[in-house]
Amino acid sequence: MSSETLSPSRASGTPDADQWHEPALPMRFLLWLKRDPRASISLLVLVLILGAALLSPWLAPHSPSEQNLDLILAPPDAAHLLGTDDLGRDVFSRLMYGGANSLYAALLAVIVALVIGMPLGLIAGFAGGWVDQVISRVIDTFLSFPAIILAVAVTGAMGIGLTNAMFSVGLVFAPQIARLIRARTLVVRQELYVDAARCFGASKARLLIRHVLPNAIQPVIVQSTLLLAVALLAEASLSFLGLGVQPPDVSWGSMIARGYLYMSIVPEQMYAPGLIIMVTAVAFNALGESLRSALDPTMKGHG
Amino acid sequence: MNARVSSHSPTDNATGPRGANAGVRAEDLTIHFATKAGTVKAVDGVSFEIEPGETFGIIGESGSGKTTLGRALAGLLKASGGDIHYGEHTLGKLPRAERQRLRRDYQIIFQDPHAALNPRMTILQSVMEPLEILKEGDKSSRQRAAREALERVGLAPEIGRRYPHELSGGQKQRVNIARTLTVRPKFIVCDEVVAALDVSIRGAVLNLFAELQEEFGITYAFITHDISVVSHVSDRIGVLYLGRLMEMGPTGAVTDAPLHPYTQALLSAEPLPLPGDQRDQRRRIRLEGEIPSPLAPPSGCRCRTRCPAAQTRCAEQIPEWREARPGHWVACHFADADGPPGPVR
Repeated sequence: MSSETLSPSRASGTPDADQWHEPALPMRFLLWLKRDPRASISLLVLVLILGAALLSPWLAPHSPSEQNLDLILAPPDAAHLLGTDDLGRDVFSRLMYGGANSLYAALLAVIVALVIGMPLGLIAGFAGGWVDQVISRVIDTFLSFPAIILAVAVTGAMGIGLTNAMFSVGLVFAPQIARLIRARTLVVRQELYVDAARCFGASKARLLIRHVLPNAIQPVIVQSTLLLAVALLAEASLSFLGLGVQPPDVSWGSMIARGYLYMSIVPEQMYAPGLIIMVTAVAFNALGESLRSALDPTMKGHG
Repeated sequence: MNARVSSHSPTDNATGPRGANAGVRAEDLTIHFATKAGTVKAVDGVSFEIEPGETFGIIGESGSGKTTLGRALAGLLKASGGDIHYGEHTLGKLPRAERQRLRRDYQIIFQDPHAALNPRMTILQSVMEPLEILKEGDKSSRQRAAREALERVGLAPEIGRRYPHELSGGQKQRVNIARTLTVRPKFIVCDEVVAALDVSIRGAVLNLFAELQEEFGITYAFITHDISVVSHVSDRIGVLYLGRLMEMGPTGAVTDAPLHPYTQALLSAEPLPLPGDQRDQRRRIRLEGEIPSPLAPPSGCRCRTRCPAAQTRCAEQIPEWREARPGHWVACHFADADGPPGPVR
């Protein structure tokens, strides 16, 4: 057979070699934000919250620990945009200062969970056999504890404080991540393209990093953003129990915990920190969902 | 075969593994899988030799073990017994590093062209990957090689920017071929390579394989269930049934004058482009029932449960693998140089 019949598409000619490269990463990022309004809005919200938190020493109208005992549990007015708490401290300023601690706490927990959970899950799923058995049984053991009890126990053992508390929350999350990625790895390692790469002599590390990880990580990205939201709430619980931030430091969780004491008189004390936790959590989730579809080439254009 | 006789020791071979003859020989090859239900004897004592530059067709029904055999030939599965020889090298006895070096010469192309490509890698990344693994050249030379390979298989190099799901089945199979070509293999297992493709493009892809064989002197093991495909491309054919070879010989001899009743039945199952009353009704032999489970293959001759010529001896004795005609082997008690036994009734 002549080669003409083989190559209907060959006529289109050889392209310029430089056109082969995808646009640079920052450009692709901007394109993504332009295409996906959900991503750009949630990112904007998160940047605003983070910016307010980081710049709070300069932007906040009051110090977070400045007490005005003549004005406790006051409703909002011009001087105190969101009113004052039970010690007469400005709620708005505390919200800004607390953001830094809360976001730090949530990120720390999720990063700890990913750093511990991902390699464990990948190795368990890819290696199989007794390695999988051992890792999976350890994961099961951790999952059998009620999460908050485990976190309390670990924090108790490591010492009270926000970093320790969130580290233990990360430990509690890690089995979830490990399990998720193990399950995906079990599927992906059977894929034909893994065999194909193996046939070219690819090392185990290469198979894991180039082929298994990119195809197994999707649910983990989404789960991480969900966990960020859960971690915000876990921080609130642990701070409520007195294991997290210690006064005079402030976090959103500790503000809710404090507001809770006056729930029957002034329930609006919990509105501001509760609302900001919710907005942050929703933004994280939306960003995760957008990220997932952006990272999946088969979903491009369906976004 | 001649080349193999001339040098028995690997050390004679100054060029190392590459440059050695690319013939492939299976010697009493056995592949068993342990399952909960028992041991599946997917391949159970198969011996044959594929000579350099030839196309060896392996034909069998689903469940005959042909895919397992193909994966073993490409080094993806370990033999439970027997061994595979790549030229002078015995696969099971090679040290790991040596095996890794040999591996590039012995490749496989899979049935499902889509599943064989990583959905998260662009076509160019996929085609470049083998060279990356082998650490050959730098990034730009790999890109050049990948683009050349894409062109060689009849694809526009621009296709490299796309992702697998944006391509048609035929294009994807060409991409798989291009990827394999980048390592310049000597032997390729083609595992049902056209089965997943539209009939309209099968011919073009088969011709591409033939062209590449001529151009690069590649040896093929062509695995398929489709007799028309296998007789079109193969020099010799082996007929596999329940993990064993039933018959093996030159393509013309096997398709025109088969020795084994099973081969005869397979051939007569091939649809003829003729109206019913013009077909040769005597040639029509129907295979009854399904292929038995490889968990518990029938005693004696594995074919006997579906063979029209089966007799009591077939249940008691495993037929000998013998050369009934020169170069034409068969495993049947009653076949002789004149042909297969007639039906017993």
